[in-house]
Parts: sequence; structure tokens; C-alpha cells
Amino acid sequence: MSRLTATFEALAQSGRKALIPFITAGDPNPDFTLPMMHAMVEAGADVIELGVPFSDPMADGPVIQRASERALAHKMSLRRVLAIATEFRKSNQHTPVVLMGYVNPIEAMGYEDFSNAAQRAEIDGVLTVDLPIEEAAQNIALLKARAVDPIFLLAPNSTDERIKMMGTAGSGYLYYVSLKGVTGAGHLDVDDVEAKLSQIRANTSLPVAIGFGVKDAQTAKTVSGLGDGVVVGSALISKIEANLDDLERAKSEIVELLTSMRQAMDS
Amino acid sequence: MTEKYNLPDERGHFGPYGGMFVAETLIPPIQELNAAYQQYLNDPEFIAELDADLKYYVGRPSPLYHAERWSRELGGAQIYLKREDLNHTGAHKINNTVGQALLAKRMGKTRIIAETGAGQHGVATATVAARLGLECVIYMGAVDVVRQSLNVYRMKLLGAKVVAVESGSKTLKDALNEALRDWVTNVDNTFYIIGTVAGPHPYPAMVRDFQAIIGREAKQQCLEQVGRLPDALVACVGGGSNAIGLFYPFIDDASVKLIGVEAAGDGVETGRHSAPLCAGRPGVLHGNRTYLMEDDDGEIIETHSISAGLDYPGVGPEHAWLKDTGRAEYVNITDTEALEGFHALTRMEGIIPALESSHAMAYTMKLAPIMNKDEVIIVSLSGRGDKDMQTMAQREGIEL
Repeated sequence: MSRLTATFEALAQSGRKALIPFITAGDPNPDFTLPMMHAMVEAGADVIELGVPFSDPMADGPVIQRASERALAHKMSLRRVLAIATEFRKSNQHTPVVLMGYVNPIEAMGYEDFSNAAQRAEIDGVLTVDLPIEEAAQNIALLKARAVDPIFLLAPNSTDERIKMMGTAGSGYLYYVSLKGVTGAGHLDVDDVEAKLSQIRANTSLPVAIGFGVKDAQTAKTVSGLGDGVVVGSALISKIEANLDDLERAKSEIVELLTSMRQAMDS
Repeated sequence: MTEKYNLPDERGHFGPYGGMFVAETLIPPIQELNAAYQQYLNDPEFIAELDADLKYYVGRPSPLYHAERWSRELGGAQIYLKREDLNHTGAHKINNTVGQALLAKRMGKTRIIAETGAGQHGVATATVAARLGLECVIYMGAVDVVRQSLNVYRMKLLGAKVVAVESGSKTLKDALNEALRDWVTNVDNTFYIIGTVAGPHPYPAMVRDFQAIIGREAKQQCLEQVGRLPDALVACVGGGSNAIGLFYPFIDDASVKLIGVEAAGDGVETGRHSAPLCAGRPGVLHGNRTYLMEDDDGEIIETHSISAGLDYPGVGPEHAWLKDTGRAEYVNITDTEALEGFHALTRMEGIIPALESSHAMAYTMKLAPIMNKDEVIIVSLSGRGDKDMQTMAQREGIEL
């Protein structure tokens, strides 16, 4: 059983929901990421989504775009993200790490080399934003053969047929993007999410994490109640951006926000 | 080629290139667009309306002009210019925007967005949006907004909102990113008119089909005026829409050489260029797999060209396939050479070409002299140079 599947099963048994923070690796500098990952686990993170910076993040809003730019200014790359994940795994064997990014850095490395490297780094899942299921066959096969879960995005306009396809091809969990839009945009509509989740549940038995628009503890609690987990990204990265001259403070504000989300979700 | 050329496949692949590499939210609108396009592509009423617009609004057919004096001066092949510069709005871009706007109207979309580099596609989009009374937002890199300020003003006059994109390298690729973000957010009422043969399927095929009027006319005109097919076609390639428009109807005519001219900027060897087919490698950007300018880690690198319309790190996936199969040849021309082409055509024929088209002119100056006098080259004069007066004057130290 993969680390992701085990994590979601254990949470389900204890009646809890997964808290899944997203940060861009290398933002604002490469030294910040590893200690931040450990601190997020201590604050209650169940899974960590680690963003792989890309020069043209076309599905991301301004907050994550700027995070990518800051990371790339320090020459952060897919190889270096894998190295950070390897380090993390040396002192944490239980928290799943999911890489989230765009397909071109993987193309540049080569799909097979990447899947081997992901396995060596003990990466648990790979979510490639611009690799929809129609184009993903080779990547899915390579990852699954190495016990790495391919994670897919579901959108508000995904049809029954597509949900079924991704429920079958994906593993670990599915990531429901609760808004039509880019990361960090607007506020989600709870009724819409609730209706969509029942459609998703009818078509797949994979756990569903919900993201896009989760900014505070109350939203995290509400949203996590609708699915199996909640992803929070731009709200965390905003803390980094607001404290570029005081990164200790950025770290403590992120820990504080995650802690409040954890408490709200468990209460 | 023994089999008739019949690409892309159903999912938009040209061999390993093309495809549909977009986030999940964009899949349904792309499928909706593809369905509409397939439906209207063969709808006689749609075709009739498009043909009428091309004739009475765009001013087609554009002439195929024999540049006799220039041909004589170069001393080799006979040069014929396909005069896309004479179209309404001054470039080939409107062939495509007229077509996509008709599609938008039939799909019931009320809002049009587009990206633009040199501003020609933005102007052509703002033009058709004005005519149909549709809301129009144009994304343009902040760097391009400065170097093509005349076109920014034209778009605003036409009623479009021009958004200066400040992210990344602040050029065409970033404008495309921002337009995709807008589309993801406003998919319900918005039609995204992509200006070149890039983007996810069906755009590369659809834009090609709308631009193929260039090659269909050129073929017929050449048969009428010369009595046979041309020996070579030459066109500049940024994203590659004017080139594919000219090439496509000739792909099965094996005797016709297809030559695409990329922008070498300061020279391909300097790394400061926009020539992915000549010096890049395959990757995925903006919804399709194609040749890209990227570093070893797969990050897209900044491009350079004197012409904003060629300043793009990717290229249409069909060009990637034509390159790999050897059906088309891709060469490159530096900024300096392009300026020579610009001046040559202006002085020899009294036609001021766009800086983009000047790359094709410059390569023609190399090619024609090594061909025979009874051979024929058709060169795509994809746009006129009015928009480049500021750039030219600045380059030559003249104050306007």
C-alpha cells in the first residue's frame, strides 16, 4: 500500500481529514524549503505538496507565479527539488510528499529518468497540471510501475466520464480544483463544491482533496467536511511574500495558520 | 510522399508533436470548441459567410505580385510576393480572426480575448470584435506594449482593453500565459482567439485551416500567371501561421520546396535569438509539444528578435513535424540581415514590409541568386511595415 493510500486510510479510520499544504520548492530561497517542510508536519500537515517551479506557470495566479520566479532566480530545478525531497525523507519516513508542477521539466529530464529519480527520492505522488489524462499514458505507466501515485486534477466542469477515467488511471487521491480559475483566486462556493463532490463520489472511490480558494481556518474546516482533505497553497505563500525580509517570521506565520486550520478541522 | 497528407490525428497530434497539454478546467471548453469547429468546417452556410467576409471585409484575394525589378537585380529566380500586407489591418492575421470570430458568434460567446506580440493579431482581433460588437480584452507583454505603442493605440481606438502583462519576460509568451489564465477563469462566456498555429488542439489545425487561404490563392494565381507550380515557397516563422497558411496547400506537391525562416536575432551562435526549430529541442509549452527554446532543466528561456512578432520561444507543432520529416526546411536570418531585406524591398519595389516579413525577404536575397532565371519563388509578404516605423527610426538614430 502506498504511503498516500495508507495516510488517507488512517485518517478515515480516525474520522479526520487530510491537511495538505503546498509550497513552491526554493521559494524564497533553497535553504528555506526543508526546514519549512518539517515545521509544516509538526503543525499538523498530513501530506506535503511541493511545487516544482516553472518559467511559465499558466494555471497559477500571481502569488504562485511570483513564488516560481523567486525560486527560479535561485536556479531551483526539478533535480534540486528531488534532492530536497530526498533530504526530507532521511528524517521523516511517514509524511507523503507529492510533487506538483508542469510537464516540461519532466519532458526535459525524460519520463523514464524522472520516474526513476522520483522513486529513488521516495516521492509518493506526482501531479502534473498540464498533462491531462489523454496525454498521460506513458507517465502513468512509468510512475505506477515504481509505486509512485499519479495524481489528477478534477475541475468544476469535469464530466462523469472524465471523473471515471481519472479515478481509474489515478491513485493516491484526486485533487478537486474548486474554482474555474487560477490558484489563489476568489472564494469558493460551498454549495457548488458540495454538489460537485457528490457527483465525484458517485464516479470514483479515491479520496478527494479540495483546493483553490482555501484561505483561513474556517474555510478549511468547512471544505474539509465536504471531502477527504484540503489543500492550502497561495495563503501560505502570501506569508512568505509578506515577510521576505524576515523569513523566521514567515515560517512562524505559516505554522500558525496551519495550526489553526488543523485545530478547526479536528474540532 | 505517396500518401496524401492528413494531419493532425483526432487528438491533434502531428507525429509526436501537438496534442492537448492543458489543465483540466480547459479540457471541456477545448472539446466544445473542437466540436463546434468540426461542425462548421463543413457547414456551407458558415463557409459562405466566411468567404464573403474575406472578400468584402478583408479584401481578398490578395495579389500575387511579380517583383520583376528585384528579381532582375538579384539575377536568379523570379520572385513573386503574396501580398498579405494589403489585407485590411495590414497583415495575414485577419484571415484567422475573421474565421474565429464567426465561430465565437455561432457558439454564443459574448467576450473575446487574445494575446499579441507585435500587436498585429491584437489589432486584427480588436477589429473583428468591434465589427461584431463583442467585448474584447487583449493581453500584451509590457515590453511589447512599449515597442509597439502604435498598435496599442489602434487597439484602444477599436474599443479593446489592452492589458500590459508584467510577469516573466513580459513578451508574447507571457501574454499567452495570461490569456490562458483569463480563459480558465471566464470559460463560460469567453472565446479565446489564438493568433498563431500554437496552443492546444484544435488551435494549430484550426488556425492553419483559416490561414490556408493564402496558399490556396497563391497556388491558383501561380498556375494562372506562371502556368505551373512554384519551385520554392519562403515565409517567416515565429509561431508560424503565415508560413503554414502558405505551405499547407502545397504539402502534397513534392516538387515545391517549403522554406521557413526563423529569427536569428543577434545570431544563433550567440544564444540571443528566436529560432527553436534551428537551435531548440522538443518540449511542452502552451498546450502542445513542439520545438522550444529552453535550458537543460526545461525552463523556457528568453528570446530575442528585432521583430516582436517572431519573438516567441515555441513554434507551431506542425512545423516541428514538417522539419522532422524533412518536408520543409528551416533556416534563420539575423536582425541585421532582416534590415537589409527590409531596405531592399522598400527601395527596389516600393513596398515597405513588416520586420517579420523582412526575414523572408532577406532569405530570398540569398536563395534567388543561386536559382535559375526560369525558376519561381513565392515569398509570403505577411504584413506591412507601417507599425515598425518607430523601431526602424530608433535603430537608425532618427527622431520622428
